[in-house]
Amino acid sequence: MKNHRSFRIVRASALLSLLGLAIPSMAEQVYISNEKDNTLSVIDLDSLKLISTIAVGQRPRGITFNKDFSQLYICASDSDSVQVMDVKSQEIIANLPSGEDPEQFALHPNNKHLYISNEDNAVVTVVDTEKREVISQIDVGLEPEGMAVSPDGKWVVNTSETSNMLHWIDSGTHKLIDNTLVGQRPRHVEFSDDGKTLWASSEIGGTVSVIDVATRTINREYSFHIPGVYKDKIQPVGITLTHDNRLAFVALGPANHVAVIDIAQQKVIKYLLVGRRVWHLALNSDETRLISSNGISGDVSVIDVKSLAVLKSIKVGRFPWGVAVKP
Amino acid sequence: MNALAYYYCFVGILKRETYRFLQQRSRFLSSLVRPLLWLAVFAAGFRSALGIAIIPPYETYISYEVYIAPGLIGIILLFNGMQSSLSMVYDREMGSMRVLLTSPIARAYLLVCKLLATSLVSLFQVYAFIAIARLFEITPPLMGYVYLLPAALLPALMLSALGLFLSSIIRQLENFAGVMNFIVFPMFFLSSALYPLWKMRESNEITYQICAFNPFTHGIELIRFALYGQFNLLAFSVCSITTLVFLALAIIGYDPKHGLLKRKSGG
Repeated sequence: MKNHRSFRIVRASALLSLLGLAIPSMAEQVYISNEKDNTLSVIDLDSLKLISTIAVGQRPRGITFNKDFSQLYICASDSDSVQVMDVKSQEIIANLPSGEDPEQFALHPNNKHLYISNEDNAVVTVVDTEKREVISQIDVGLEPEGMAVSPDGKWVVNTSETSNMLHWIDSGTHKLIDNTLVGQRPRHVEFSDDGKTLWASSEIGGTVSVIDVATRTINREYSFHIPGVYKDKIQPVGITLTHDNRLAFVALGPANHVAVIDIAQQKVIKYLLVGRRVWHLALNSDETRLISSNGISGDVSVIDVKSLAVLKSIKVGRFPWGVAVKP
Repeated sequence: MNALAYYYCFVGILKRETYRFLQQRSRFLSSLVRPLLWLAVFAAGFRSALGIAIIPPYETYISYEVYIAPGLIGIILLFNGMQSSLSMVYDREMGSMRVLLTSPIARAYLLVCKLLATSLVSLFQVYAFIAIARLFEITPPLMGYVYLLPAALLPALMLSALGLFLSSIIRQLENFAGVMNFIVFPMFFLSSALYPLWKMRESNEITYQICAFNPFTHGIELIRFALYGQFNLLAFSVCSITTLVFLALAIIGYDPKHGLLKRKSGG
């Protein structure tokens, strides 16, 4: 059956080509939350053009897709809710209870539990996205921010900006198991695809710590030096890693650069100049493109991963914050 | 006079310029060292000075080194133009120009040949510089190197024409210090070579207007756009018109009947 259908699609495509009609490509789309505009910007990753702007709740920050990319979760911080957007219709279909001031979140691999950091009241809220109800709240350090779930779903890790700690939460019991002290103001955490290491950025400390998940201790710490940029301006925030664990990208905030780390060599191999106050990063599905949100300059930069060159910076709304790519 | 005679005339002048250039290795080296010093020393200090506004033809934020590169190509062309002017004055003083001017071919044609020969020699230096500049992460798209050829040729002609015109009015080599002070430096500093025009406007509207009027600015912008695969019509028009005006002035200047040569020689 499948072969017959493929043949029909090929035949139809050939016919359209003969008639000189272009077949619309299914280009990847980049979604960006604009913190000050209360909107999402959508960019076509082929043409590198802004294709739509969607009004959402107050102060949208963290955004993430569900597993089949049919829904987008949006932390509407000042609306005190996590909004659920239907990607096809681009309409908000639900507001999940989220606790106060949700900033970042992470979706469990079970596609059901959403772990939300509530910056104002020092808790992590666990929401069941199907039942749309809070199932647990876990006390953590002051000003929780970064959030990640390990690929095997066992660990939930939250960073608290003021306590300078990573909090290890058991996803089965929703109990805080351990803490790891890292550099000042940890803002973001990211697991490697194999689940063996956890990367944490420290904004004021100016470092990125690589933590061994088995022992929950720091294995290695990276610091950054950009010629011509004052040290205090180097404030690491967003991190993203390639699936093959070859490269790590670190957004360096007001230093306006993205650092590229060769993980095997354990060194920074390049600094890429992007817009002002680069905040978060996302890779597209085949990892050929890296997208950075640049808060103060109000744009996103698109980076070619193979050549490690910035291709284009595209204007979006005011203070772009979160980035997510839909294949 | 057949076409072959014109061809021999052009080849003769081109060969002379090329030999002169090849024999003066220090000239070639200095023409490379000058922009490379700007790039490696001056630009390094201003590394983070730009990067707050995206201006065409760039599609993203650039380092100062990337910004300054077309301006440094301009400085090669500018100094070469002046050098050719200097060599014309020298030729006149040494008497070798008489040999050239006794040619039965029209003087205007001889001057155009001289212009083209000087410009082609300049282009060789431009490509040598832009090849070394890759080490400083100045890596325009590959097609940019192709578009650079005509885009750099026009400002090269423009500046050589200016040099030719100057040589028609300068009597002695000693007067060249004045050319450097009153033409080369103002032309370079009051242009978009070192800073984008919007930066100039931030500090002073009059300076901005002078920079926008300066034909050297347009030469640099033509090169800048071409390096990134774009065509700047305004820059092209200004460069073309300025080249024709300077060339016409040089032809008049070298005309024994009406030119300045006649007046200067007291005839």
